[in-house]
Parts: sequence; C-alpha cells; structure tokens
Amino acid sequence: MSLLSLSPQAVATVAFFMVMAVTLIGALIAVAARNIFHNVLGLALCLFGVAGLFLYLNSPFVALMEILIYVGAICIAICFAIMLSEPLYLPRPPRSASKILGGVVGAGLVLVFLGLLTRKTQWVPAAQRSTDWSVTTLGHYLLTNYALIFEVISLLLLVAMLGAVVIARGGRGSS
Amino acid sequence: MEMLASYLGTEVARMVVGLIGVIALVSVNALFLIWMERKVSAHIMLRPGPMEVGWHGSVQTICDAVKLMAKELITPEEVDRPVYYLAPVVVFLPVLLTFLVIPFSQSLIIKDLNVGIVLILAFSTLTVLAILMAGWSSNNKYSVFGAIRSVAQNIAYEIPLLVTVMSILLMVGSFKLSDIVAAQGRYWFILVQPLAFILYIICATAETNRTPFDLPEAESELVAGFHTEYSGMRFALFFLAEYTNMFIVSAVATVLFLGGWRGPILPGVVWFLLKVYALIFLIMWFRWTFPRVRFDQLVTFAWKILIPLSFANLLITAFLMKLF
Repeated sequence: MSLLSLSPQAVATVAFFMVMAVTLIGALIAVAARNIFHNVLGLALCLFGVAGLFLYLNSPFVALMEILIYVGAICIAICFAIMLSEPLYLPRPPRSASKILGGVVGAGLVLVFLGLLTRKTQWVPAAQRSTDWSVTTLGHYLLTNYALIFEVISLLLLVAMLGAVVIARGGRGSS
Repeated sequence: MEMLASYLGTEVARMVVGLIGVIALVSVNALFLIWMERKVSAHIMLRPGPMEVGWHGSVQTICDAVKLMAKELITPEEVDRPVYYLAPVVVFLPVLLTFLVIPFSQSLIIKDLNVGIVLILAFSTLTVLAILMAGWSSNNKYSVFGAIRSVAQNIAYEIPLLVTVMSILLMVGSFKLSDIVAAQGRYWFILVQPLAFILYIICATAETNRTPFDLPEAESELVAGFHTEYSGMRFALFFLAEYTNMFIVSAVATVLFLGGWRGPILPGVVWFLLKVYALIFLIMWFRWTFPRVRFDQLVTFAWKILIPLSFANLLITAFLMKLF
C-alpha cells in the first residue's frame, strides 16, 4: 500500500501528468504516424486522455460523453472514411515540406490564439460559480443559458456534412 | 488528512476486492456460458451435447480452457504487430470496467456512480474499436471483411439501443442504476415498455454479434471473421469478452426492464443472476431459431424499422410522461 503513503495532492499530480502524457503521445501518433490506421488509433488514445482530463476535473459525465461520442462514434466514423481511401499496400507519397510547414503554421496560430485567450481570461473557480454540477444542472444550462452556443456547435456538424457531400461527389465523378 | 487517507484506504480496498471478484466472475461466467451454450444448442437439436468429462460434460470447458492456455501464440508474418498485440487487450479491458457499476444486489455493487448507465454504454462502444483493430491488423481479407461488417452493424444498432435506453431513463430521471431499480418498486418496466424491451433485446443481440446477427464472424463465409488469425490465449480473450458482453447486456436489461435484484423470498443476488441467465438463455435460443440474416436485410432492418420505432417509443413515452 505504498499508494496511501503519498499525500492526496501527490497522487493527483501524478494522475494529472499521466493523463497529459497519454493525451500528448496520442496526439503525436495521430499526427506523425505514416500508417493512416495508426493515426486514427492515436487520435482515439488522445481523446481518451482528454476524457481523463475531464475526469481529473471532477466531471465524470463529460468524460464519459467524450468516450461515447468521440472515441465510440467519431473515430469509428473516421475508420469508415479510411476504408473508402487508398489501399494501404500502395507506396505512400513522400511527405511534402510545404504541407508540413502549412500544418505547423496553422497549428501554431491556433496555439498562440489559445495561449493569449487563456492569459486574458479572468478565471473563476467552478466552486465559486455554483456547487451543483449534477447531470440535471448541466442539462438545464445547455437548454437555457447556453442554448445559443449549443445550437452554434451543431452548425459544425452541418458544415462537416456539407463538406463530406462535396468531397464524395467530386470523387465519384472523376474516378 | 488522516480521514481522507483512511477513506481512500477503504475505497482502494473496495476497488481491489471488487476487481478480484469481477475477474473471478468473468472467468467462471465464461466457462459456465460456453458449457450452457453447448448444452442448449445440443438439446434444441435433440442430441445430448458434451457428456464425457464430468457430470453431463460440466468439466469439459475447463479442459478446453487448459488446452487453450497451453497452445502456441502464433503471430503471422505480415501483421501490423503493435495493433495486433493490443487488440485482445482493448477488447477485454472495457468489459471489466463496466462491472464497476452493475448492481448485483442492494449492497453488492463496487461503485454506485450517478452516471452508471452512461459508463456502460460508453465503454461498450470500445468493443467495435477493438474488433476493427483486430481485423485490420491481421492483414487478412476475411478478417477485414469481418471487421467492416462489425463496424457497419454496430453503428446501425447502437442508435436504436441508445434511444430505447433513453425512454427508460426518461421515466426514472436518473442515470444511476440503483435508482432505476428503485423506480421499479411497484411494477417492472417491461410491463409498461414492452416495445422498448423487444427493441433492446434485438439491438443487444446485434451489439454482441450473436446469431442471427453474427455476420462479423460468419463461419460459413469468413472462416472466423475478425479473429481468424488469433490463436491460444489471444483468441480466448476475444471469446471471453464476447461471453462477458452477453452477460453485461443481459444484466443491463435486467436492471432496465426486469426490476434488477427485486424478488420475493430469495436474496437479491440470486434473483439478479436468475434473471440474467434467463435472458442469456433467451439469446442462445435465438441462435438456434433464426437463420443468419443477409447483410442488406440487417442494415435495412436497423435503419428503416428499429430506429423509427425507437424514436416513436421515445416520443410516446415523453408525451405520456407529460400527460400524467
């Protein structure tokens, strides 16, 4: 029982860094691996790490929803997309430097934006806002205070669907 | 601080005891279910089934398990090694986790989370990912076919399953499994939601890849489907996960529709296990009653019949809840 000799804070810190490591390793695999199937598995691992972060922040419901929707549905849907893509036994085209550069610049811009955003924001600890974070409360918030955000997020799905239709149409006709 | 440590101590002890109990239950349950499956199938076909080892062949599966453990773990040449090795682990671990919230009786539950049913549903989706990993990494066309079929089938049947469960949750107003059982104090939910029960059982049969929805491992077309290339204990893990999944879907059905551990005279655990094994028997019965469906029938059935029915059921439930 060496676990109990540690203070709760130490255990929490260790748990935090483990979750972070899982997230980062998953993200690296998702970006760097050459086999597209490994990319998806890396993404699943990364999302698992994110679910762990939510659990660390004491909101198991959001963590489980993360697993149910992102790992369970989105990653599987991506696997479907892979099955429609090029066969894996074909030689893969070499990485193009300009694309990597574009990716790095794009991701870097997002990182800078998020960094600035976190610095500017006045953070209020959740405990001071409310003490009741049950599923019922979350549901009420989603349909009252945050209904607009909730609806705007669904636009993302619409855009994704339109994009899929456009890509699929072009592919069918040309090949 | 000390109080927290002692609290943590009891929690950790509870977890450790629970985990050991769950692993024991999973193994014994799988051994028993395989024997039961062989006996049920045999008696439905009017033959005795295994009779040689032990009373009515009751030790047969233990011998089979020992044989499986002694077998060589074959790794084919061209497999995608890391994924190939990981797949049996990924299929088995979430199955263990779901036992965390299953209430065997009033007090016999490892951790009564208030998001219990969501936990079970979330981790059961990981089975698909594991099947896909196994099929894809095996580098074998039969395995890939099995995996693709499994994914298409699971995505299609997951939607009506979730919507059906939602109509029960609407009546209870809680994700906690013990609350769902407590809400059935006066009558079982199967009496007021018979359609939901039928939908749930159909979807659960499909989710566990059982006949008549066993296209992912259709023996007559795909050798063994996604686990064709696995041998020894790796194969045994897939098998174990399949039978444990059967136990879990039956346990969830017991909690949602059959009043969980409730019942007269006998203790709660006994009632719970009786109901679970009765449901498992029902699922086994399906296997020897219905022929395997064709793939287009399978997908059409899910999208055109089950999903509209489950949504109609949800709407009617919501309407009646508002009315009364």
